[in-house]
Amino acid sequence: MIRLSIPVRQALEKLSLPVLIAAAFGLMLIGKADAVLAVEVRVALADLLSPIYAVMAEPLAEVRGTSADIVGIWDIRAENARLRIENEKLRRWQAAALALEAQNQEFKAQLNWMPPAAPAFTTAPVVADTGGVYARSVLLAVTPPHKVVLGEIAMDDRGVVGRVTEVGSRSARVLLITDINSRVPVTMESGGAHAIMEGTNGALPVLRYWPEGSAPVEGERVMTSAAVGAFPAGLPLGTVHYNADHVPQVYPVADLDHLSIVRLFDYDDTGVEAPDAPPGRKLMQQQPPAAAKGAPVKAH
Amino acid sequence: MDKTPGIRPRRSWGQRLDRAARHGFPAATTIVGIILLAAPFGLPGQAQLMSAFTLAAVFFWSLFRPASLPPPLTFILGVLADLLGEMPLGTNVLVLLLTQLLVVRSRRYLPQKGFLFVWLVFVAVAAVAALMQWALACLMSWVIYPPIATLAQFLLTAGLYPLLAMGFSQAHRTIAAPERV
Repeated sequence: MIRLSIPVRQALEKLSLPVLIAAAFGLMLIGKADAVLAVEVRVALADLLSPIYAVMAEPLAEVRGTSADIVGIWDIRAENARLRIENEKLRRWQAAALALEAQNQEFKAQLNWMPPAAPAFTTAPVVADTGGVYARSVLLAVTPPHKVVLGEIAMDDRGVVGRVTEVGSRSARVLLITDINSRVPVTMESGGAHAIMEGTNGALPVLRYWPEGSAPVEGERVMTSAAVGAFPAGLPLGTVHYNADHVPQVYPVADLDHLSIVRLFDYDDTGVEAPDAPPGRKLMQQQPPAAAKGAPVKAH
Repeated sequence: MDKTPGIRPRRSWGQRLDRAARHGFPAATTIVGIILLAAPFGLPGQAQLMSAFTLAAVFFWSLFRPASLPPPLTFILGVLADLLGEMPLGTNVLVLLLTQLLVVRSRRYLPQKGFLFVWLVFVAVAAVAALMQWALACLMSWVIYPPIATLAQFLLTAGLYPLLAMGFSQAHRTIAAPERV
């Protein structure tokens, strides 16, 4: 260690705090200016820590399961009665669903229906829900030679959870649909109208930007739309509910509070690419917009 | 570093290890705490809990054991909290360092006023810290975050301090006490 005189050492000690505070501002600037670097550091740390969390995950699940059991024993009678009624209802639905499925198969056979290719998926455990005070995301543990890529869609057994935003060698982060920075293009089931589902950092995302005259209907199902190519169409998201302020919210079907395993779907391989347009068509597209608008009017 | 000059027998390995462990206790427990609080316990308000714990630990140890928590270590703790708590990089660092600056300045008279006064000071610090984190987070991502999370963070931080301080001061007197070698 370098020997310094006492006054010099005292001066250095006094200086270290202001210098570090200045460095904190520098760090903020770096984090803002080079977002990729910040993400890389975060992913590296997550990679480092994910084995620790993976080891902890099992006893943690045990603890959570036990506490849930203890709560469950209290109202087991009421729960049983409710389940019996629900079971009855589901049995009727099951019969209907089976009949419809058979009918669907029959129709598809008659129409020579071409099924779309099934998407490839990876299943990964959630090791930490690291959502901060101002963020909603989960960390997944993945084993090194993995094929997880940015933008894959995470789903649990019920519906869409979010999208992969950061990928490391041992970990991947999924931005949940409830995060304030999440925007999902959606289709409403009853009218087929498009809208955008925005996260709020709360439990329920809200719907915005639906077309004039086709407001979301209370209780209808909301599904992803293929509008900008970020999601495939028709994945279940949730159901609409108007809150007290008359804002349409979406109750997610995915169990976002208790995620333990999610599947990451890669829809890129199944995406449909439009074939090149024939030359004549290309010429049409280059015409001024007024002429293009006129064409359908003439056709009518 | 020896504060009292004089000749004394060379310390054994065990003694040196013991000294190092006592000296490193505050920073080590804070780091372990931050890492543990990022694990999926599924507790309500766990994100707020992590930031409450970090602020309380830095406040307490800067007040009673500043030698064990030099500013560079506080910087590292802040970076860790930022990375694991999903805050914009640097926000926790700034808040923790400013807290330490304030505490170190008021170290001469604050501990003698008794626990209640120290807690009141901490409540004020927690309020400013929560507001600052919110403002910085909003500024850095250009989104107005719902202030309810900030309020929850402030209440949790202020309310949890007595409990944490009890544990810390117990450790300060027993397993981490520097004099008992």
